[in-house]
Amino acid sequence: MKITLLAFGIVKDIFKAPQLEIDCEVADAGALKQMLADKYPELKKLAHYMVAVNNEYATDTTAIKEGDEIAIIPPVSGG
Amino acid sequence: MIDIQLQNEAVDIAACIEWVRTPTSGGVDVFIGTVRDTTKGKKVLALDFEAYAAMALSEMKKIADEVITKWPVDRILIHHRIGKLSVGEVPVVIAVSAAHRDAAFDACRYAIDTLKKTVPIFKKEIFEDGEVWVSAHP
Repeated sequence: MKITLLAFGIVKDIFKAPQLEIDCEVADAGALKQMLADKYPELKKLAHYMVAVNNEYATDTTAIKEGDEIAIIPPVSGG
Repeated sequence: MIDIQLQNEAVDIAACIEWVRTPTSGGVDVFIGTVRDTTKGKKVLALDFEAYAAMALSEMKKIADEVITKWPVDRILIHHRIGKLSVGEVPVVIAVSAAHRDAAFDACRYAIDTLKKTVPIFKKEIFEDGEVWVSAHP
């Protein structure tokens, strides 16, 4: 399936783009993180990073479907 | 009542405080986040804030909803700015009104502490010799 990943903060620098179109078969957010960590080893150097699906933080078992809005969220630092 | 905003323009501190004041409020507690000139002894020129806007708004609303449920507060306002801010400028204002001060203090503290943990806003520190995304690396 084709999915679009939105990147923020340092993840934009790691992806070298504010968003990424990828074609992959991942069932859930955990599998997506695994795939991204393999493809972008810089992600593993972050303090942590989260996946958000449709504006909600995902757990590893949150399902991912084509058409979902998926964001990769590095450590937040608002305020 | 709740007022949440993510904005490019300067936060109007006086207007924020005025909005939370009600006849039943015996106290107003305000947190004014401010750009500091140093971090770990190093001179900071500016902070550049960006947000995942839709989710940042929904996470800030969650905080405000939770505050209303947990404490007897009258109003809570959270205004966060994005863009490049110089030393002394204000990235965030949180204002809480309540009949009594304990609720106002506790709720305001909870709101800023939680915002810093959950709201997808990211800041880059701009130094004389480079830039660093805050908290990105351990």
